[in-house]
Parts: sequence; C-alpha cells; structure tokens
Amino acid sequence: MSSQAVLNTGRPSAPRYVEDVIRAAVVLSMFWGVVAFLAGVVIAAQLVWPQLSFDSEYLTFGRLRPLHTSAAIFAFGGTALIGTAFHVVQRTCRARLFGGAPLGWFVLLGYQFFIVTAAAGYLLGITQSKEYAEPEWFVDLWLTIVWVAYLVAYLGTVLKREEPHIYVANWFYLAFIITIAGLHIVNNMAIPVSITGSKSYGVWSGVQDAMIQWWYGHNAVGFFLTAAFLGMMYYYIPKAANRPVYSYRLSIVHFWSLVFMYIWAGPHHLHYTSLPDWAQTLGMVFSVMLWMPSWGGMINGLMTLSGAWDKLRTDPGLRFSVTAVGFYGMATFEGPVMSIKAVNSLSHYTDWTIGHVHSGALGWVAFIVFGTLYYMVPKMWNRPAMWSTRLIGWHYWIATIGIVLYITAMWVSGIMQGLMWRAYDELGFLQYSFVETVAAMQPFYFIRFLGGVCFLTGGLLMAYNMWRTIRSEAEVVSARPHPALAA
Amino acid sequence: MTLEALGELLTSIWTIWAILVFAGIAFWAWRPKNRRRFEKDARIPLNDE
Repeated sequence: MSSQAVLNTGRPSAPRYVEDVIRAAVVLSMFWGVVAFLAGVVIAAQLVWPQLSFDSEYLTFGRLRPLHTSAAIFAFGGTALIGTAFHVVQRTCRARLFGGAPLGWFVLLGYQFFIVTAAAGYLLGITQSKEYAEPEWFVDLWLTIVWVAYLVAYLGTVLKREEPHIYVANWFYLAFIITIAGLHIVNNMAIPVSITGSKSYGVWSGVQDAMIQWWYGHNAVGFFLTAAFLGMMYYYIPKAANRPVYSYRLSIVHFWSLVFMYIWAGPHHLHYTSLPDWAQTLGMVFSVMLWMPSWGGMINGLMTLSGAWDKLRTDPGLRFSVTAVGFYGMATFEGPVMSIKAVNSLSHYTDWTIGHVHSGALGWVAFIVFGTLYYMVPKMWNRPAMWSTRLIGWHYWIATIGIVLYITAMWVSGIMQGLMWRAYDELGFLQYSFVETVAAMQPFYFIRFLGGVCFLTGGLLMAYNMWRTIRSEAEVVSARPHPALAA
Repeated sequence: MTLEALGELLTSIWTIWAILVFAGIAFWAWRPKNRRRFEKDARIPLNDE
C-alpha cells in the first residue's frame, strides 16, 4: 500500500508502517510452530517406543529434546514476538519502525539464522548443555548482535512516537527485550577452546553456575514466556474485543509488581541442592508472592471481555486468547504451589514439572499466539476474515483436548513417580527400583503422545487455514474494492 | 567501615528504595486525579484505525 493510498482513506497524518517484516514473521512463526509440535510428538513417541531413535546419534532423545524446546520457545514464540512487537510498537506509538524496513528485516532474518544454526548444532551434538541456553559461544555472539538491533529498533520507535503516552503493552515488550539481553549475556559468559572450534567452557562454576543458570532459566520464563506475551494480551485482546483493557491502573501495577518480583524466583529450581538454604527460601517466598501480580493480570485480561462475552461465541480466535489467559491463571497458580519446598520435594525431577511447563507453553503461550495470529492474518493481508471460521473452531477444540490429555497424564505420572521414589519398605529399603518407575509411566507417556498428536493436528489445520486466507487475494480484492480506488 | 559492611548497608538501603519506588508507582496509578488520563490512555490501541 503506498503512502498516497493511506492518506486517501482520510486518516489524520497516518504514517506508513513497516508491514512486510510483520507479515513474514507471521508466516515464519506458523512454520516454526508446526516444526516444534512435530518435534514434540516425535520425542513423546520415543519415550513410549525407545527404538524410534533408530540407533542414530542424530535422532537420540538427548539431541531432539533441545530441538523441540528451542523450536517452541525461541523459533515459534520468539518469531511471533518479533512480529507482534513491531506491529504493536508502530501502532500504539503511531510512528514508523526506527531504522525502517532494513533494520526490521535484519532483526527478523538474523533471528532466523540464529535458530537454524542453533538447531543444526543440537543435531550435531554441539551444545553447552545449559537448559534453554544450549547454543554454543559463536551462536550466542550472533544472537547478541541481533538482539541489540532489536532493542535499537524498538526503543528508537518508542522515542520518536507521536502518541504522548507509551501504551502499557510496550512496557512489557521492552522489559522482555532488555531483560533477555542481560540474562543471555551473563549466563553465556564462556571462553572458547579455540577461535575455529565450537567447544567452549563457561566462566561460572559450581553452585554459582547453577544459580546463574536458573536465574537465567526462570527469568526466561518470566520475561520471555510471560511478560512478552502479556504485552501481546494487552494489545490484541482489546483489539479483538474492541474494548479498552478492563483497568489501565491495574495494568500499571501488574507490570511493576511482576518486574520487581520475578527476578528473585529462580532459586526455586534448586531446592534441596547445595544452594544456601536462605536463597532457596527467598526463591520460594518470591514465587508465592508472584501469585498476586499474575492473578491481577489474569483478571485484567478476562474482565476486558465483560459486557462482550457473546463475542466468544462468534469469534473463535478471541476464544483462543481468552482461554490462554485462563491457562495463564492456572499455570501461575500451580507454579507457586510447586515452588513450596515441601511440595517440591515430591514434584521435583518428576513429570509433574513437564506437565506444568506444558500447561503454560501450550495453554498460555501457544494459545495467545494462535488468537493473535487469527486476528492478525486477515488484518495484515486485508481480508474480511479467515478463510474458514469453522476450521478455527475445530482447531480450538482439538488443541484443547490435546492439552487436557497432556497435562492430566503428566500429573498422574509425575505424582506417581514422586511417590514411588520416596516409598520405603518395612526394613527401610527403597521399595521400587528406578526401572520399575519407568515401566509404570509408560501408559501415561502414551496418553501424552496422543495429546501431542491432537495439538499438532490443530496446528496443521491452522497452517492450512492461514495459507488459504493468504492465497484468497484475487477474489477478495474484486469483491471488496480498495478504499483508495473507491475514493 | 569495611567493604562488606558497606555492601550490607547498601543492600538494605536498596530494599527500602525498591519498596518506596513501588509504593510511589501504586500511588501514582490509583491517584484519583489521574483517573481520566488513564481511561484515555487505555484507548490508545482502539484509536488507531
């Protein structure tokens, strides 16, 4: 769309936004989503049928698992965040992206290059073995460059805004970008063995290394998987519901309390380890306190729909976003419970943790992205609606059943596993050998696999629906004349 | 004063400072005078287009 056409629609001094980058991010995010769900289904199947690694080192669970987690978090979630961040910041600041399309493309494509090099490394066995921070030093350096460019583009746009106030969604996105930069650099401090080799040694060691890793890991959850997607919630739910957020004042307090507290919660990953007791207790207390901002935010998101609940019947895209906020409330209730040391002594190292992560990742992160993409695709491609609304409904129910299968299987399996590990017989011996607990979990691993298949099927329906919507250009343009042509 | 004692003092001051800043933010958010402006700010996403 040319600037001339924009001006002809009669918008007051509408600036031209960078939109091609955002459209590319939408499609790439969908692609990575399907890759991530597929990788998840494959490794879930491997846990049921171990022979599925085919005795190949490249297909072992240990190499495919980081491929799945990185594809889900960084590729699917991260690409959606880059696209939506550029969309939200331009719209709410009423300013063109700082650095324009070239900087936008550099951030998006540079980030894709990071994903591909990281993933190739995992399959070849190149890894730092730090959870969610597996990429080796050369990939980390590249991501640092891309991330600084991301910050420059975002902050530059905020600084040259025409809107006097910085809308709250931008605070969440900005907190995400700044915090991830700090976490990434500190946790990945390493010295390479040689400048031409992939291997490096981290500068941290012992319990400090463990604490820094989980300060990183938990704040990746807090700022990547929570704050950034809350930014998405604060823009796209009001847009889709066509109502302002329930309480803007609550959103301010939500933001600051979340930011002040999250940063301290990391030690709950190291309960009953050599980490000093006071640090463990500190992590637990802050995790429990996080209940308040989390539920404040959930209430704010849900109550935005008050007076417009009927929209959930007609807009299945919005249903995704609202269900996501419900899952956010559920996962942020479960998390603090699991951070309590007495509970953690049962839940830690069991499948309960995996179930908890997935109620957040599938229910909150993936669903809020689905809701957002279903809103964005017709908007960004100038279509009246998605190609098939019914298909969105099918996606919704198949994916929801998938999540329910997944998390209930992991609850049962995890609690069973924890109870079997701590069971003693009358003579004080452990009642079960480790392999007996593994055998007992197999039926639940099968149910989890089925849940994953459901979720993947939903993702494929969505990709097809998106493809048909984007491909539908010709007929839509003839049916609905361009406003510039009509004027 | 040793460096360690100074560190402890600064840690305590920082905690109090963080609490005060947060209280200030909460006061700012709920001050009746600001009610109008926040209602207006909440409409920023909807004013576009």
